[in-house]
Amino acid sequence: MTAIFDTPLYPYVRHPDQDRLARDPVIIVGAGPVGLTLAIDLALKGVKAVVLDDNDRVSTGSRAICFAKRTLEILDRLGVAAPLIAKGVQWNKGRVFFGEREVYDFTLLAEDGHKQPAFINLQQYYLEAALVGRAQELGVDIRGRNRVMGLEQRTDYVSLTVETPDGPYLLGADWLIACDGARSPTRDMMGLGFEGRVFEDNFLIADVKMRADFPTERWFWFEPPFEGAGQSALLHKQPDDVWRIDFQLGWDIDREAELDPTRIRARVDAMLSSQTGTIPDYDLEWTSIYTFQCRRMARFRQDRVLFAGDAAHQVSPFGARGANSGIQDVDNLSWRLALVLDGRSEALLDAYATEREYAADENILASTRSTDFLTPKSQISQIFRNAVLDLAADHAFARPLVNSGRLSVPCVYPDLADGLTGPMPTRPGVACVDAPVGAGYLLDHLQGFHLLALGCDAPDMLADNGIVVTRIDAALTEQIKARYLGDAPSALYLIRPDQHVVGRWPNFDETTVRNALRAAIGRE
Amino acid sequence: MTLNLDPNIADPDGFYDELLAAHEGLSKAESDALNARLILTLCNQIGDRAVIRAALRAAR
Repeated sequence: MTAIFDTPLYPYVRHPDQDRLARDPVIIVGAGPVGLTLAIDLALKGVKAVVLDDNDRVSTGSRAICFAKRTLEILDRLGVAAPLIAKGVQWNKGRVFFGEREVYDFTLLAEDGHKQPAFINLQQYYLEAALVGRAQELGVDIRGRNRVMGLEQRTDYVSLTVETPDGPYLLGADWLIACDGARSPTRDMMGLGFEGRVFEDNFLIADVKMRADFPTERWFWFEPPFEGAGQSALLHKQPDDVWRIDFQLGWDIDREAELDPTRIRARVDAMLSSQTGTIPDYDLEWTSIYTFQCRRMARFRQDRVLFAGDAAHQVSPFGARGANSGIQDVDNLSWRLALVLDGRSEALLDAYATEREYAADENILASTRSTDFLTPKSQISQIFRNAVLDLAADHAFARPLVNSGRLSVPCVYPDLADGLTGPMPTRPGVACVDAPVGAGYLLDHLQGFHLLALGCDAPDMLADNGIVVTRIDAALTEQIKARYLGDAPSALYLIRPDQHVVGRWPNFDETTVRNALRAAIGRE
Repeated sequence: MTLNLDPNIADPDGFYDELLAAHEGLSKAESDALNARLILTLCNQIGDRAVIRAALRAAR
């Protein structure tokens, strides 16, 4: 059987645009998780984007493997989450080791009343394959083996030179969205760099296919006691009986030597046998050395070119903030871009850049804190780190201080006024917290601009500057009250298409709501 | 709660004795580790971030 990543899913086909001068409203560079998510979201909003990729298939190897709740919620809005969750692995038992010693174990208990799980583990290629399928179903034009060779920003469009197996052609775009990864050729062609280099490291990744039962647990080692295992090591499960092992090797390494299968097997043998004394039967399915830096571009918008995902920002893998934050980038961008194409203010796109730059800073901060805990930078930080791990063995209070990566949670966009004394988790700027509503869930109902009226009156719909806001009703269940009202007797929420709260007040006041809506669409 | 910088420990000499006794027979590395564990335990007891921040400032 041919592996999914060996199958051309969008093979090169000569396109009529290669024989004419064409111009498209949106061209997306890169058919990875970020570019495809954007293309699907735009298609659902009636915008046909063209996706260019220098390849014609999904990526090889597991790569990003942890998809957090917010990502699953976004994917569910796009109609792709259900099969991924069915395929994905959910684990809840974790064990933390420090050298030879098991410090503690834990069982994750997810908050109930959410449609999506806290996260799933799934190989990136399954996500990409599902996204390709959904995009094709929606008629998205994905052009395989179309490599962008040149780019020029003109006054009112971007001119691209695209290389294909039949030679180059010219293509124009009103808006170009660069989702072309950490080594973004678009960024290079524009001569743009990254700011900061907070942290850099190498990870050896081994995907291990077990031939016998092995527990579905996450094992994390600080200072693993195995020969050459580096500063930390992580084992966790993916679908298809594949376990993912990450060894943190440090910055100065000999890549060739580290990728020697004998050397990798010696480490993996030591890790897998550490708890039982026997080495399970396994195959090395995929190995790779992954290098990262924590840094971001200064501005995610450069006139008519917008950057998203790893092309715009990079973080350490601790906390699964790469693919997850990239998908949140385009969740933020798609509705704005659709409105701009419909004639609304370009301030919407500046706000995309501002909000997602803020989110990138938050993710970089979180992953920097994790790396500071994992690889202490001074003697005293080493002493405190080890003290935390020692205390964690005996005392619950120290366990929240153990930082092996904080699972990606959505950013709370700042600077939005809160008109209600209500629960903090649903304050303006947050992505709406899910809750059961009727036979389904609240987030099932949130696809555009909405008013959520709880215990107060509000019009069925409100139109302003061509934007239609519709009302959502939810019965005042215990979960809705706890998550959206708190001690307030009533509340009115204004929610934007990416399901983030724009504002909330005790009651509906037309002028207040219209002003908040206008601010959200860049019209003061 | 604000940081209390007035005398607050009964039997100060006895307390000081107990603090030093906890370090008796430990190497420098072991003492450093004990101090770190002690600081973390006491900070958790205080809990209030403003008070901890004030204590960090006072100590520095």
